[in-house]
Amino acid sequence: MYQQNIAALAKQLRSKDISSVELTQSFLSRIKDVDPSLNSFISVTEDTALNTAAEADKLIASGNAGPLTGIPIAHKDLFCTNGILTTCGSKMLHNFIPPYESTVTSRLKQAGTVLLGKTNMDEFAMGSSNENSYYGAVKNPWDTTKVPGGSSGGSAAAVAAGLVVAATGTDTGGSIRQPASFCGITGLKPTYGRVSRFGMVAFASSLDQAGPMARSAEDCAYIMNAIAGFDTQDSTSSEQATDDYVDTLSQPLQGLKIGLPKEYFDSTLNDDIKNTLMTAIKEFEKLGATIKEISLPNLKLSIPSYYVIAPSEASSNLSRFDGVRYGHRCENPKDLLDMYMRSRAEGFGQEVQKRIMVGTYALSEGYYDAYYLKAQRIRRLIKQDFVNALAEVDVIMGPVAPTTAFDIGSKTNDPVAMYLEDIYTLSVNLAGIPAMSVPAGFDNGMPVGLQIMGNYFAEAKLLNIAHQYQQVTDWHLQNPNLAKGA
Amino acid sequence: MSLDTQDVQKIAHLARLALPDEEVQTYQSSLSSVLELVEEMQSVDTSGVDPLTNPLEMTQRLREDEVTETNRRDDFLANAPHSSNGLFLVPKVID
Repeated sequence: MYQQNIAALAKQLRSKDISSVELTQSFLSRIKDVDPSLNSFISVTEDTALNTAAEADKLIASGNAGPLTGIPIAHKDLFCTNGILTTCGSKMLHNFIPPYESTVTSRLKQAGTVLLGKTNMDEFAMGSSNENSYYGAVKNPWDTTKVPGGSSGGSAAAVAAGLVVAATGTDTGGSIRQPASFCGITGLKPTYGRVSRFGMVAFASSLDQAGPMARSAEDCAYIMNAIAGFDTQDSTSSEQATDDYVDTLSQPLQGLKIGLPKEYFDSTLNDDIKNTLMTAIKEFEKLGATIKEISLPNLKLSIPSYYVIAPSEASSNLSRFDGVRYGHRCENPKDLLDMYMRSRAEGFGQEVQKRIMVGTYALSEGYYDAYYLKAQRIRRLIKQDFVNALAEVDVIMGPVAPTTAFDIGSKTNDPVAMYLEDIYTLSVNLAGIPAMSVPAGFDNGMPVGLQIMGNYFAEAKLLNIAHQYQQVTDWHLQNPNLAKGA
Repeated sequence: MSLDTQDVQKIAHLARLALPDEEVQTYQSSLSSVLELVEEMQSVDTSGVDPLTNPLEMTQRLREDEVTETNRRDDFLANAPHSSNGLFLVPKVID
């Protein structure tokens, strides 16, 4: 039951082989059994879940159920959920109960999903390993001595371990794709503006985007059908019409032109991962696709550009945490300034403080042009690389990360090495295009993800390509042996 | 680009972060290593390239200037660390 896809579960719910309450109880008890060894949840919302499931059963009985009615899911603890603790992985928000609901969670609630809880994450989504959470590191279900990736590591681990059917994530520089790759699941970062950011705790507003994380592309498509689309509450939401992401899954790939950027397959990439990806790419050739080498010459500049733009926007966004209206406030402040300074120093972890300071410096008088504006000019060069490449090919394929999941603690003392982990994912956010991570094999027992990048608003195409690949491979159906390393 | 301890203290003050003295050095080295990492940008010729702020090059969408929210003062005050008589309380600002 824990490994079944949305369509199969929906069918059993509708035929009354199982009720939504039974399904929910069963997943909740699995969370109790398994999650102590993974730490993928910050909150489990048992009572709300059982009430929602009972409502779902009524809807099913009345014949008005949709494809997601009664399906157990989880949300990254960065989406505001009305009346439910939303911490963003931080001590700063350890007691924050939002008085409103994010658009993503509201649409999924409307679609009948059952929320089982809020998943762990790097604090304020800043990290690539989930070791930066105030609520403790998350462990990779494939080997609990390894990281699940980040920042949506809790969502990825929970899906991979079969604790939920699907989960939401957010991706500012790879935070959906890299954990999806490390945990062997499927994740989609949509085009910037495709999914509403309303009610997401903001990290870097020109890069942030929410998306689905699930076992298969088909399951991601069901979630996208619920969450994608224009929202008046988000001023950068796109008014472009959405596709039916499920309907287009079965289109054949005959004639598909795939670009392989030479910069993605150079010596930075581990040989075993390269071989795994080349095997995957051969499958696409068998499905009728053609391969062409392309170039994204400014790839390496995505690291400096991103690590100026993202911290700058973060330093501005996180200025709202001042100890006045919500969140942590220090004890006995002697004056207003003391309250701001100590509340923030106590409430934010080290990585968050570091990025706020990098951003503050980049935006400060005398440095703004050399850092922030320069980074934005380079951002345009990076975008132009993708525009040029996607005029020649339909999609671009490459690695998600240079390695598979690394050991917990192995990079915490070398933050720059951690930043370099993001080399293959950052440029996508800078350009604003959509991209997926799709399970493509294993290296020494750890999952390897294939990244598929597409043109603006080509989510349906990406899901279609991933789905066709998943019809002829079974990497996405492999399950971790949860005893390993525990 | 590397920073000295005074730079770090100035940045921390601008960012309203109280850094204990023993942490200033840690941040001095970690901030300097990030600035070194991003230094690579300076060697790129970007003359004639406009800054890209929104990947879709969208302009700010505006809406009619009308009241769309109801007054939910009590809901919002429920998360306040300190409040009284419907107001957020902060330490005394003016004597």
